[in-house]
Amino acid sequence: MNPRRKKRLAIVGSVLIGIGAVAGLVLYALSQNIDLFYTPSELTQGKKDTGLKPSLGQRIRIGGLVVPGSVKRDPENLKVSFKLADMKTPIEFNESDPMTTVYYEGILPDLFREGQGIVANGELVNHNVTGLSIEASEVLAKHDENYMPAELAESEGKGHKKTSYSEKQLESKG
Amino acid sequence: MWKWLHPYANPEVSYHFTGRLLPWFSALAAILLSIGLVWALLFAPADYQQGDSFRIFYIHVPAASLSMGIYFGMAIAALCSLVWQLKLADASAAAMAPVGAVFTAIALLTGSAWGKPMWGTWWIWDARLTSELILLFLYLGVIALHSAFEDKNLAGKAAGILTLVGSINLPIIKYSVEWWNTLHQGSTVSKLGKPSMSLDMLWPFLFCFLGFAMLVAVIVCYRFRNEILARNSIRPWVRELVSARATHK
Repeated sequence: MNPRRKKRLAIVGSVLIGIGAVAGLVLYALSQNIDLFYTPSELTQGKKDTGLKPSLGQRIRIGGLVVPGSVKRDPENLKVSFKLADMKTPIEFNESDPMTTVYYEGILPDLFREGQGIVANGELVNHNVTGLSIEASEVLAKHDENYMPAELAESEGKGHKKTSYSEKQLESKG
Repeated sequence: MWKWLHPYANPEVSYHFTGRLLPWFSALAAILLSIGLVWALLFAPADYQQGDSFRIFYIHVPAASLSMGIYFGMAIAALCSLVWQLKLADASAAAMAPVGAVFTAIALLTGSAWGKPMWGTWWIWDARLTSELILLFLYLGVIALHSAFEDKNLAGKAAGILTLVGSINLPIIKYSVEWWNTLHQGSTVSKLGKPSMSLDMLWPFLFCFLGFAMLVAVIVCYRFRNEILARNSIRPWVRELVSARATHK
């Protein structure tokens, strides 16, 4: 390679490394703001590096797995509450895991079910029964990266059914 | 070591070389895409949670990974153009940019259409979606710079610098789902060793992916040849080519 090309390559290379380093540092510094949601354990213990905790009344997103058996639906209207626990693989739930209760009124996304990943957007409140809870205005389903044909899923005991609503519940929405 | 590559820096050689490649790329694209899309959209089993909606995966994932792949190709072309000042590298980058922009737009639109029924929202500002949107803006910026200057060398230089600076975004898109928590799921196919998908769903995906990759090759080849002709229109070989075509008709 002739010296002029070598020089140009060195300039391009060092500029790229410089920009890469800047981008890396900026993203590292902002990493907590780039996270889309808090996990239930971060809500009680704070973020891993900074111990940052949201304050009461703040609007936050919380993400976690719906704890099996925790979904309570009101038969009269669309009010629903459920508990979220941290996402982990393989999926397992313990009584002692930090959990957060989410209160929501509205239609749940098609993928909602027990054990599914959910991101809820709402206000952090101190509920008199369940402690730190979320009054959600929006519930989104977080799909995982696993795809499976229905027959295979059933043989593994993983069937999925959409949440169904009665006429009465739907009418209450007004 | 790179001596064998040197003849291809000549526009005429490259023009005829890509001309010989085109029929192969076209045939492969037609075969792979027709097998892959029919298999994927009609015969692959439906997903246990998403039902048939998951089939958008077969368009969305190839479009998204090719949008990044094309950008990577453009970044290499930009490097060659800035360091070795190859005019053909500029022509190839100009040929790739609009194709990449369209594939990025396809990835964003199909993802949005899938997100509404599955997640419950068209759009969310999570790290994956936002960085892919930035990729679209980078493509649009590169296209704009290529056409902003009368002088093609200057245009290639300006667009090349933007392309290289923007290439920082590629690892961010790729690893966004691992570095931060996002609504977008992790990657299904590119996990080494163990894809999170059953084989009868994965095979049609491979056909679709390679088919779309070949389609990109075909379109980029056509655009590249077009760029070569446009940029060398006063050369004798181009004039001969054109007049030979004209008398043929």
